[in-house]
Amino acid sequence: MRGRFSLALIALWGLAALVAPWLPLEPDRVDLPRILETPSREAWLGYDDLGRPVLDRLLMGARTALLVGFGVVVVAALVGTLIGAVAGYLGGWVDLIVVRVIDVFLAFPGILLAIALAGILGPGLGNVVVALSVVGWVGYARLVRAQVLSLKEREHVLAARALGAGHARILWRHLLPLALAPVIVEATFGVASAVIAEAGLSFLGLGVQPPAASWGTMIRDGVGVMLVAPHLVLAPGAAIVLVVLAVNRLGDVLRDWLDVRGR
Amino acid sequence: MRTAGVVESLLTRLASAVVVVLGVCSLVFLLIHLVPGDPVEAMLGEGARPADRAALRAALGLDRPLGEQYLSYLGGLARLDLGVSFREQRPVGEMLAERIPATLELTLVALAIALLVAIPLGVLAAARRGGPLDGGAMGLALLGVAIPNFWLGPLLILVFSVWLGWTPVSGRAGAASLILPALTLGTGLAAVLTRMVRSSVLEVLHEDYIRTARAKGLGPLAVLWRHALRNAWLPVLTLVGLQLGGLLGGAVITETVFAWPGVGSLLIDAIQGRDYPVVQGCVLLISLAYLLVNGLTELLYPWVDPRIGPV
Repeated sequence: MRGRFSLALIALWGLAALVAPWLPLEPDRVDLPRILETPSREAWLGYDDLGRPVLDRLLMGARTALLVGFGVVVVAALVGTLIGAVAGYLGGWVDLIVVRVIDVFLAFPGILLAIALAGILGPGLGNVVVALSVVGWVGYARLVRAQVLSLKEREHVLAARALGAGHARILWRHLLPLALAPVIVEATFGVASAVIAEAGLSFLGLGVQPPAASWGTMIRDGVGVMLVAPHLVLAPGAAIVLVVLAVNRLGDVLRDWLDVRGR
Repeated sequence: MRTAGVVESLLTRLASAVVVVLGVCSLVFLLIHLVPGDPVEAMLGEGARPADRAALRAALGLDRPLGEQYLSYLGGLARLDLGVSFREQRPVGEMLAERIPATLELTLVALAIALLVAIPLGVLAAARRGGPLDGGAMGLALLGVAIPNFWLGPLLILVFSVWLGWTPVSGRAGAASLILPALTLGTGLAAVLTRMVRSSVLEVLHEDYIRTARAKGLGPLAVLWRHALRNAWLPVLTLVGLQLGGLLGGAVITETVFAWPGVGSLLIDAIQGRDYPVVQGCVLLISLAYLLVNGLTELLYPWVDPRIGPV
């Protein structure tokens, strides 16, 4: 099976994130004599600039990344799919307005809108999810709208309409199931971007707040003492890269498997 | 007849661009004014007297109805007046103008690096499809997309500034200080572009004119450069235009990593200081620059690919 390694890595990430609260971790325990200690047999990833165990914080960071990654994708995909499907299905002025709104959101480069929004909303896990979802729904809306537009004239839809099915039933039973494959692929890649975006916002100081752990905050805190303790920057960065590589790989496999073209 | 069509299509594009620009300006206004969080409170602190708050609110114009504030904001924009910074008491336009050269320099060099890496690498990977070079290039491309610039930047600083001592750690002083930030910012784009160049070249390699070029005795390099790459330009150009948004957004983070005095680091400072007019100005400037470049990219299409009529 393709992508076995990636799947295993994602499973490990998920497991770490889910069971982290029940593990004997002490991510907030300050051990002053051990400040900046390098990795050793007792502490696999050493200690940070406050004397906290890096491995414990890395595992709690995995939980933050997972919560935000999946939280954002679920919210953005649901909202985007709903808006896109309704716009594509109804057409007319509803569609016209939705397309314009999508254009406006797409005019903001990359993570810029999320940075501004997170900055104004203030820090915190919930606000990060809100900021990234506000930016993220657009991609799904555009995708689903295009799908529904091309599907709604199909014969099975006409047949359903002739049989007297209502709009909601046609959308739910006859259009959305067929539009689902590209949404699943897009959502998979979306998890990877949300993980990077959360870490980026936290790196800028706009995301998760201390003492809660985020891989981005860990990098931010580690940069100042990089010279004496590079492990503080290396460990969380490597975690992000591995997770993103694995999720993107899974997305590629899914895309081929579901036979979705393009991105 | 033909000119009339061109003028008409230009006007349609212009009209829809105006709608989007107006939408962007309105969204930025709403973002700042509808979201919870009071700038007056942030500036004066929790312990301020109500009278002081009211005075500051009136001085900043925040006590007026939202609609009135919106109209005066749009009126200001029409006169290229972005307001006055809460903190520095200077016109926002002036503060932006000081920062634009640094950001322009950074993004242009990053773009150049990305193109210089991606085009040869993508073409070679396509020419040696399935070989070790192709595998290596695609592996690098996967990695380049997955490495966040707020990690790559510190890593590069660690290796090239701290261990090797070749480049300055941060700041903007001379060409040497530009290398690491531009490399950090350009890597992601280089990775995406390499994949795109490879797949576009692969797509045209089966065409008849490639076979003809080979049959008339052209060397493999000439075939790739003069025939394959030229026809693969269009998707690459489109992608560059779209990815420029990622580049501009990434510049915000990269500038923060390297203390690069551009619009991005101004934005982050302004967010931390709750200096809303400056936040507004930075977001507007970056988004409008992105829109403008994308519009200009589309105008380049017929020049890159004469099969497309003038837009």
